[in-house]
Amino acid sequence: MTQMTFARAINAGLRKSLENDPKVVLMGEDIGTLGGVFRVTDGLQKDFGTHRVVDTPLAESAIVGTAVGLAYRGYRPVVEIQFDGFIYPAFDQIVSQVAKLHYRTRGAVKMPITIRVPFGGGIGSPEHHSESPEAYFTHTSGLRVVTVSSPQDAYTVIQQAISCDDPVLYFEPKRRYHDKGDVDESLDHAAPVPMGQARVLTQGTDVTLVAYGPLVKTALDAASAAADEGVSIEVIDLRSLAPVDYETIVASVRRTGHLVITHEAAQSGGLGAEVAASITERCFYHLEAAPVRVTGFDIPYPYSKLEMHHLPGLDRILDGVDRALGRPNSLSGLEG
Amino acid sequence: MSTDETGQGGPAAPNSARHPHGQGRDLVQLVTPTGERISHPEFDYWVRDVTDEQLCSLYEDMTVIRRIDVEATALQRQGELGLWPPLLGQEAAQIGSGRALRTDDFVFSSYRENGVAYCRGVDLTDILRVWRGTASSGWDPYTINMATPQIIIGAQTLHATGYAMGIQNDGADSVAVTYFGDGATSEGDVNEAMVFAASFQVPVVFFCTNNHWAISEPVRLQSHIQLADRAAGFGIPSLRVDGNDVLAVMAATRVALDRARRGGGPTFIEAVSYRMGPHTTADDPTRYRDANELEDWAARDPISRIAALLERKGLLSAELQQDVKDKADAVAREMRTGCTTMPDPEPLDVFKNVYSTPNSWLDRQQDHYARYLATFGDPAGAVSEEGAR
Repeated sequence: MTQMTFARAINAGLRKSLENDPKVVLMGEDIGTLGGVFRVTDGLQKDFGTHRVVDTPLAESAIVGTAVGLAYRGYRPVVEIQFDGFIYPAFDQIVSQVAKLHYRTRGAVKMPITIRVPFGGGIGSPEHHSESPEAYFTHTSGLRVVTVSSPQDAYTVIQQAISCDDPVLYFEPKRRYHDKGDVDESLDHAAPVPMGQARVLTQGTDVTLVAYGPLVKTALDAASAAADEGVSIEVIDLRSLAPVDYETIVASVRRTGHLVITHEAAQSGGLGAEVAASITERCFYHLEAAPVRVTGFDIPYPYSKLEMHHLPGLDRILDGVDRALGRPNSLSGLEG
Repeated sequence: MSTDETGQGGPAAPNSARHPHGQGRDLVQLVTPTGERISHPEFDYWVRDVTDEQLCSLYEDMTVIRRIDVEATALQRQGELGLWPPLLGQEAAQIGSGRALRTDDFVFSSYRENGVAYCRGVDLTDILRVWRGTASSGWDPYTINMATPQIIIGAQTLHATGYAMGIQNDGADSVAVTYFGDGATSEGDVNEAMVFAASFQVPVVFFCTNNHWAISEPVRLQSHIQLADRAAGFGIPSLRVDGNDVLAVMAATRVALDRARRGGGPTFIEAVSYRMGPHTTADDPTRYRDANELEDWAARDPISRIAALLERKGLLSAELQQDVKDKADAVAREMRTGCTTMPDPEPLDVFKNVYSTPNSWLDRQQDHYARYLATFGDPAGAVSEEGAR
């Protein structure tokens, strides 16, 4: 076991993929000489050369579009979108090309492209640097969408994403980049927990709390605080956002009878809506109350002085847990 | 009309002085519209090996793909195809360039390059699959080294550039060739592709067929300068060639391929041609363009031109014309049979190949839909407008 930060763990996973497969190529803005604005690719160009770690001109659609061409040629491109809010120029290439080419070519052309996206808020940035655009991509068939919540996952899942023959959006919780954790570097893409599987992080009996990415830490803190009040929360780290591992959530909700879902992204049409609907369909007779969503508001990502009001924090999550359990809460007495 | 004999023109806009599509740089031309072979100090070299026999086969290929186009249009009118994008008038641009390529070059085209696909050796039935609605791509791209044709305008230019980055990494001397139209030059992707291609100096050829129309929008709406001149802004050398002159197109393509193979980076070719038919079978060009313009271009027809050249050389025998007609008819028959005997896909095929590995969401949806279908005696009943329950 080695102690490392998220950023260092992703870097180590990328390094291992570059070592193991000569077809792996990294592309993005500032990822070479600089090592990325978050230093996630630090030192990789120096060690693997400018043809495998490529500083590109500033054009996101071209970064993804040329990755499509490289994939046609048998490469396994890993592209970095510098910030979540910069991904939209590449939206057409991701949705119309990356996601569909395997289907369109009846399986003849594989698109093993990994798109790394630092996402989420909480770092005091100006606009376009703190967004959570994951639902645009979970809505698009043909893509796999994952997030990570620990340095160990960051290390193993990036390798699993790169070795996957389907395109993968790999969302990195940027406000956790400097958090540290133990990493077993012997785990590679063949790690025992597959990329698509959710993980129960704390066992609980009263309520199932589903979180992913940056809010997993907040959810764990909430579970610990709730335990002091005698409320037992089962925290599930979703890990894979497309497809969602419903079996793990279903098994939990059948025991707890209550479901709370939290994410930074806006509520409407978000992943919380999808999970709530699917779990209601599958577990209606086990649910003792309606599922509760604790999410960002349906607003553009706000200026940094107010961002912590937008982002679900420990107390808002606990308030949501209280709502799910019918305990006194901020909306007590309100109908609907 | 201020069109001219060399094929440079287009309709005159009221303020045509500001729209240099009819003026400016000379077109590379080796054969005049009346079939006269004219010498060119630079480009003669690149077709010096083209024998009389090869000239005849270029004439044959152009005639065959026009026949394919006619047959496919008929199939659409008869309800056998949902839609068809004719290439009428662009035969020289497609055959001249397509025949210049090597097997290990890789083509990224739009939906209109069926003539290029023919040069790549495509199975004729495969050309029709997309338009009959039995598949989203007719062929396995690796069997003919030609990507599935692109409908998103210009998106394929980035794929070609990325593929060329791969060629460069591999140290190979093959070339990625991308085809697109005049309308596509306004798309961000095409411009970004030229930025990347120039920056990395990768072996890619940007083959722009300026057919003067993007559905109803004339090329002067896309650009106030000649399309070929845009390339200079990216640091990419360009050629402006008479797209209805099959020899000139072949020469220009060979110049570009040679540069790319020798590590000289990208080239932009503007092949000046004309879309003599509609955008697709669903289009009606009489709503937006002048019949006189079509007549002007008909006088510069690419097949008439090579036929006139063969005539002057004493090669256009009755026997040759009969052989070519027989070949074209045979190809059309084969294509028609392939079309009408193409099996319909099975209902559950819609779920195939979305992913290359299992996906729990989709597996569940497929399972549920299969159960639903099983409640019908005939799966076709499940989608009848009247309902079959």
